[in-house]
Formats: sequence, C-alpha cells, structure tokens
Amino acid sequence: MRKTFIAVLSAAFLLTAPALAATKVRIGFITTLSGPAGVIGKHMKDAANLALKDLGGKMAGLPAEIIYGDDQMRPDVGRQLAEEMLERDKVNFVTGVIWSNVLLAIRQPVLSSGTILISANAGPHELAGKLCAPNFFSASWQNDETPEAMGEYMTSRKITDVYLMAPNYAAGKDMLAGFKRYFKGKIAAEVYTKFGQSDYQTEITEIRAAKPHAVFVFYPGGMGIQFMKQYAQSGLRGKIPLYSVFTADETTLPAVGAAAAGNYEAGFWNWDLNYPANKKFVSEFRKTYHYRPSFYAAQSYDAINLINSAVKAVKGNLEDRKGMIAALDKANFASVRGPFRYDVNHFPIENFYLFKIVKAADGAYVRKTVKVIFHNHKDAYYKECHMTK
Amino acid sequence: MRRLRVLAPMLLTAMILLGLALVPPIAGLSGENYTIDVFTRIMIFAIAALSLDIILGYGGMVSFGHAAYLGIGAYAVGILAFYHIDNGFLQFAAAILASAAAAAFIGFVSLRTSGVYFIMITLAFAQMIYLLSISLSTFGGSNGLNIDVHSKFLGLLDLGNPTTLYYLVFGVLLLFLFLGHRLVNSRFGMVIRGAKSNPRRMATIGFPLLRYQLAAFIIAGVMCGVAGALLANQELFVAPAIMHWTRSGEIMMMVILGGMGTLIGPVLGAIVFLLLEDVLSGVTEHWQAVMGLFLVLAVLFARGGMLGFLYRLRGGRSGA
Amino acid sequence: MPYLLVLEEALNGIELGIMLFLMAAGLTLIFGIMNLINLAHGSFYMVGAYVSAATFAKTGSFFLALAAGVAAGAVVGVFTEIVVFRTLYRRDHLDQVLATFGLVLFFNEAVRILWGPTALYATVPRFLSGQVDILPGAPYPAYRLAIIVVGLLVAGLLYGLVAKTRIGMLIRAGASNRVMVGALGVNVRLLYTLLFATGAALAALAGLMAGPIFTVDSGMGDSVMIQAFVVIVIGGIGSIRGAFVAALLVGFVGTMGRAFLSPLLATVMAPSAADNAGPTLASMAIYFLMATVLFFRPQGLFPPQAR
Repeated sequence: MRKTFIAVLSAAFLLTAPALAATKVRIGFITTLSGPAGVIGKHMKDAANLALKDLGGKMAGLPAEIIYGDDQMRPDVGRQLAEEMLERDKVNFVTGVIWSNVLLAIRQPVLSSGTILISANAGPHELAGKLCAPNFFSASWQNDETPEAMGEYMTSRKITDVYLMAPNYAAGKDMLAGFKRYFKGKIAAEVYTKFGQSDYQTEITEIRAAKPHAVFVFYPGGMGIQFMKQYAQSGLRGKIPLYSVFTADETTLPAVGAAAAGNYEAGFWNWDLNYPANKKFVSEFRKTYHYRPSFYAAQSYDAINLINSAVKAVKGNLEDRKGMIAALDKANFASVRGPFRYDVNHFPIENFYLFKIVKAADGAYVRKTVKVIFHNHKDAYYKECHMTK
Repeated sequence: MRRLRVLAPMLLTAMILLGLALVPPIAGLSGENYTIDVFTRIMIFAIAALSLDIILGYGGMVSFGHAAYLGIGAYAVGILAFYHIDNGFLQFAAAILASAAAAAFIGFVSLRTSGVYFIMITLAFAQMIYLLSISLSTFGGSNGLNIDVHSKFLGLLDLGNPTTLYYLVFGVLLLFLFLGHRLVNSRFGMVIRGAKSNPRRMATIGFPLLRYQLAAFIIAGVMCGVAGALLANQELFVAPAIMHWTRSGEIMMMVILGGMGTLIGPVLGAIVFLLLEDVLSGVTEHWQAVMGLFLVLAVLFARGGMLGFLYRLRGGRSGA
Repeated sequence: MPYLLVLEEALNGIELGIMLFLMAAGLTLIFGIMNLINLAHGSFYMVGAYVSAATFAKTGSFFLALAAGVAAGAVVGVFTEIVVFRTLYRRDHLDQVLATFGLVLFFNEAVRILWGPTALYATVPRFLSGQVDILPGAPYPAYRLAIIVVGLLVAGLLYGLVAKTRIGMLIRAGASNRVMVGALGVNVRLLYTLLFATGAALAALAGLMAGPIFTVDSGMGDSVMIQAFVVIVIGGIGSIRGAFVAALLVGFVGTMGRAFLSPLLATVMAPSAADNAGPTLASMAIYFLMATVLFFRPQGLFPPQAR
C-alpha cells in the first residue's frame, strides 16, 4: 500500500521535467492537429518544421525547438496547453493558434507572464484594439480585413442582396463585421451557425427560400468542406453564386474539388505571388511534403522566421524581451507575402488580393490571383490601441 | 483482522492527506509551480468526486450529470468577476446558492424516476445547463469566459499565489472529508444508505425517503459547486466544456476507480485517474486508448475499486 | 412560398429522425432484452462510417463500401459482445456505464491510430449527388431522400422481424421474461449475440449513411449516441415502435427548432442574440422534451407491457 503511494507520488514528480537549459530557444506552437480541422494543423506544423529546417535548427547559434500542442478546436484545451507550455516547458515564445476564441482564451496567461505571443492565424479585433499589447504580434492579419476586401470587391461589381453566413464564435462575428464595413449593397440576411457544425441542410433550405442574389460565407477548415459540398448537392451552386473567405483554400480544395471551381476568395497571400522568398517556400514545401501549401502554412513559416529575426537581433539573449519586441516591430525578415510594416497595434499593414478557384495543370483545384483589392491596408481598430510607434 | 479492517482506511487516509500536505514544500525545492498546479487540480476533482460519492456510493443515486454543478460553481465566480465583483465571500456564496438551487430543482424532478431513467434524466439536465452556457454570449458562450482577478478575501488570502491556493483547496478537501464523515455516520446517513439497499423497507418504517434523498442530492451539488468555484480560481477561465457529459463520466470514474461508498476512495481515484492521464499523455499521444482499456479492465476485474482491491490483498495476506 | 420551406425543413427533420431511429433500434432492443446500457453503441456508428469511407476512397464502389461498413459494424459488435458484454450482463447499470465509457475512449482513439487524427471526408456516390423534385420547384438532395427511403425500409423489415417471425417472438418473449425463454430450450447466448450483431450493424448503417452529411471523425458517434438515448428513453425502453415515434419526434423538434426558433426569437430580441440563442435552445429542446416526458410518464411513451 505504502509502496503504491510512493510510486504514485514519484510518478508525479516525473512530470516536472528536469532542469531546463536556458541555452535553447523554446517555441510553443498551439494548433489543431485532430478532428475536422486537423488538416489545418498539419499545414502549419509542416511549414513551421520546414522554416526551422531552413534555419538549420538554430536561431542566433542557439538550438531551437518547437513544442506542438493540439487544442482540439477548444478554447479550454488551448488555455491548458498554454499554461503547460509556460510553466512546464518554459517556452520563450508562443505561436500558432488557428482559432480566435482559443487566442482570446490564452491571451491572459501568456501575455501576463511577459512571454511573447505571435499569432500565426487568428486576429480577433480585441487584440488589435483595446487589448493590444507590447508582447503580442500578428504574423497574419486582423480578422475583419480579408472580408473587408471581399466586401469592397463585391460592391465594385455592384452585387447586392447578399446572404451572409459564419460560425458563431469570435472570428465569425469579426468576419461579417468586416464585410459589412465595406459592402454597400443590400444584405438579405445574416446567419450564424454553430461553431464546428457539419450539416448545413437546414440553413441551405433557408437560403433557397430567401432567394438572395449571392451568398457570402466564412467557413474555415472542415466546416467549409461540408458547406461547399452540401451547397453543390442542394443544386444551389449553379443558381446563386457563392463568395467566401478562408473557406476555399488548399486545406479544403482537395476534398471539395470541382464543387468550388469558379468561386472567388480573398486573402493576403497566395502561392503565385512573385517574391523570391515565396517561390522558394512554395517549391521547397511541395518538394518536402508532396502537397500544396495553404496560407496557414505561409503564416506559420513567416512566424518562425519572424521569431528568428528577433532572436538574432538580441544575439540570442532571450532575457532581453524589450530588445526582441523592438526587433519584431521592424519585421526585418523575408516574408513570403513580400515586405510589410507593423502598425502601432502590431498587426501587419499589407496587401489584400482577389483569388479565383481554377483547375491547375495537374488536375488539382487551386487559388489563382486575379488582382490587388487593397494596397497596404490597415485594420479598423488600430486607433483604439493605446500603443504608439 | 477486524481491527485491520477499521484501521486500514484510517491509515490510508492519513498517508494520502500527509502526502498531499507535503506536496508544496517538496515541489518548492525545485522552484517548480507546475507540480503544485497539477495537485491543486487533482484535489479540486477529488472534492467533486467525493461529493458525487455521497449520493452515488452511499445513496445509490447514479447521477450522470454531476459536472453541471462544477460548471455552475465556476460560472458563479466567473460571472460575478465579469461584473467586477471580486469579493470571494460573495462569489463563493453565489456558487453555493446557485448549485444548491440547481440541485434542488434537478433532484426534485429526477428523484421521481429510478434506475436507468434516473441516469438519463440527470444527464439530460446537465446537457441543458451545458447548452445554456453555450448560448450565453454575454459571458463568452462557447468561447469561454476570462476571469481577470482571483477571488479576494479581504486581503487575507492571495489566491494568485499557487501555494496559498493549494492550501485553501487542501483545507476545503479536509473540511469536506470531515463533514462527509459526520454525515454518512449520522442518522441521516443511515437513512440514505438504507434507501440504497432497501428503499421499500425504509419507506415502510416511515422515513420520508424522498426528502432525505433530495437533501443528500443538494448537499452533493453544493460541495461540487464549491469545487467549481475553486477551479475557476485556479484556471481564471471557465468554458462550457467544463460541463461536457464526458467530464461527468470522468468524475464518476474517479469514484468507482478509488472505491465508492468510502470517503477516501474518491480522493485516491482522482489522484490516480488524473496522474495516470498526465503520465500517459506524456508517454503516447494515443493515451486515451490505454486509458479506455484500463477503465474497462478496472470495471471487469477490480470490483470495489482500488480500495476494495487493496483490502482484498491485505485480507488475503493476513488470512494466509 | 413559406409552406415549401416548412415542407423541406420537415423532410430534413424526418431524415435526422430516421438516422436516429437506426441508432436507437439496436440500443433499445439490447437495453430492453439484455438490460444492458451500452454507451459504446455510438462507436459502432463511427466504425461503420470510417470503414465505409475508407473503402469508398480505395475502391470507388459505393455498394462495396456499404457492405464493408455494415459488416465491420457487426463484426466489432460481436467481438465486443463476446469479450466485454457477456461479463457485463450480470453487473449493475453503473458498472455497465463505466465499462462502456472506457470502450468509447478506446474506440475513439483506435480510429485515430488506424486512420490518423484528421477527419475523413466521405463522398456521396455520383448517382445520388443530384436533386429530386419532391414538388415542382422544390428540389431536394437525392442522397438525403435515399436515407429516408432506406431508413423506412429497415424500419419495416425490423417490424416484420419482431412481429411476425419466430426469432421476433423469442425477442419479444425475452423482453418480458428472460428466464422463461432460456427454460424453453432456446440458446439465449446465441440469441443475444445475434441481436447484438444486428444492433451494431444498424448503427454502422446509420453511421455510414451519415458520413457524407457529418464529418467522419473520431468521436462522431458520441453526440448521436446521447441523442439516441434520449430517443429510447422517450419512446420507452425495449419498444421498437416507441423508438420509431420518438426518433421522428426528436429529429423533428431539433430541426424545426434550429430552423424557426431564431427568426421567432428575433421578433422579440436583437437578431445577433437570437442567432446565438436559437440553435442552442433548439438543441436544448430535445432534452427538455425528455425531461417533460419522464416527469409525466416515468416509463416513457410506450412502456413495454409485461415487465
């Protein structure tokens, strides 16, 4: 009996990892590696690993290590992961984070510990405005911006009577708010569905009854796959055109295929952008992993390189957080989206493009860049941020 | 032999509690807060499991929705904190009142049924509360609710300090173990236990059984609500997932694993269950498969939980 | 034409109800006759979906995928019955809940080991990917119509089996008096195994049909299983007829709530708040339904007579 208990207790102390060497860059990477959105996490993990490999596994001469965590698309799990990474793994940076609700959940423990948090996807408006923080940076965009671009484009095409749909969580609301900020036509309806929902038949039936001129949706990952397939199966695809953001991309197109052909999307990055860093990234990624990188991959690749630029600037002195933050603010690295600047709220000022889904030579469906919608676009919240340059 | 039967649980209880009391100083040696956090969480779930055991192990009421009270307690703290009411006495009072009210209502309706219908109706109520928390968009809905500050006890306790929080939780666990001990050995406890083994007889003797059962149901709900309030203080975050039906299953598992119908059993169960989870998840990403098999085997072969197993081991040895 | 909308949503509700019935039929028989609570019933649903999606991806044959999925469900069902459930029949409900809860964890992880952590996307076979005009100007996805047809066929077959055949008679006899059936010289053990295989196969059928509609994902069976439990409790445990009525009721209430609760709420509150509250209230509705039914009829709507 006593033996059992001692065994239990000693097992407990095995949990506390041995003293950690301070001569290592530790990066906590929170993403979704399982379930319907697991493919997004795969893109991100592969890209982050590729970035680290390109750096020779080192940053400013120090060995670097990425510790991955699977948030299962759940804020509470993400929160627990972040705390484990901070306390047990003693990470210097936390990055990744697909979902805005997960980012909002981990914000408090990570930022209050002084650790640098770099979003490689989510961009909730809170963190761009009132909750902006010196040790938070975005390697991607603010949520509202991409739908803003799509709203601008649809307005320019004089499309009106649009039916809006998004999942009911932090980013879903940002996305439709952004769309409405730039869209000047009539809005037929604004519908929020359950986060992670997979059957959209009920909602599609309602679209049919409402007879709008166009549908605009934000359905990332598995939600997008299901929505686009069911939209096609309902027979609406030929009748009411579907516009989307973060829905038809390289994580979903392999499963959706022809059911998305001809759709329009918007975004800050595409595989065909003509920058040397981008060409290198895309070709290396395809050679290494035998599939096409998505923007999730591009952002993760950038996030690791951004971290590297900061570690290099302080010559590996990871205690110098102020120095690293100052270096991050310069965005001094070869981004795959092309050069960009940081705004006062630590979100990038960058271009947004229009894409069309087309069939590539090898039969796969891909995004093709059509044109620039916004040049050096700023998000709508930076004025609410208390920080200055 | 007989003396051993009496002494063994006391000895085991003493050892477990002594071990728990010593966690912070030992962990403190390596300047490690992580271990303290892990054991704080374990003790919070031990409280939840203990509260379930009072109705499950002693009263035979198989509630499959016990995580609901954990959530109610946590949300009571979270919602008050959201409105900048950070007085801990108020927050804990709210947690106690809210969980008592919920347990009273759920118990009143559910106790009309029995057997599998009771299992299912308690599950249904927990699901309703879970879904309700998702629909409360003011308090974060499915995104969860951040809690900005710990409960404040007039400057007496700083729950931001992991060690302070640890000993608060430890103190609550001790208190509930003591109260539980008094309860199950009182006349009230006898009635509850009698109701489990022979409800008809207890009713004919003239006990208003339903009222006793309802009281036990409320007491268990309140204890679990307090555990929820503590959990909110540890995580400074509360999300609907805290009330997911699998969480209810896990709490039930802790009770069975440790040994139901004993007071220290659920505590032991929580320690083993959560440590096993933590250790296994470090060893393999497929730890849930191992855990699942372990649970199946535990039910099939280790009747009476670990405590029962240990006693049998002892009994066998001293008999030989 | 709002009546077309109502009609289509009603069909959506029936489709959901039919799938719930396929799950609930096995569950209620196993429960009613063997007195066994099986939380792992959702795992058979998941196994059916996974095996069928994987087979379809490999062979491209829908009918092969169908056969493989149903067979896999039956095989896994028989296997778990022999290894785990035979010991559990004699145990109390608590032990059954816990052991099968462990099985759920195990199966959810097992499919991740076999097929990877990311979800699979099942495809609708080409000949069912179009639409059928249920009324002029009201197209409905052919695949969903097919689900309704298959479900009704199975329900009819099952009813015939239970009401008209010798096996059905034994099943009904078993539900009212287990010992008696054994005394009649029937191999109860074999009967149980057969029954279990059938229940698991039905769950697998539901799962593989649901595959293209929901995502084929680890844990996909959990929420359906909970709903199926709601169905059998409302219907009265052990009653096929009850399961059928309750499944349609639950499918109907859930779908109609999802479709019409938000617009209804929007007339009294802000649209964004209504959009938030509507779907969750709709999913709460089925639990509310169950609690209400149990409050007034603690044995469900169709309690088996002789018990």
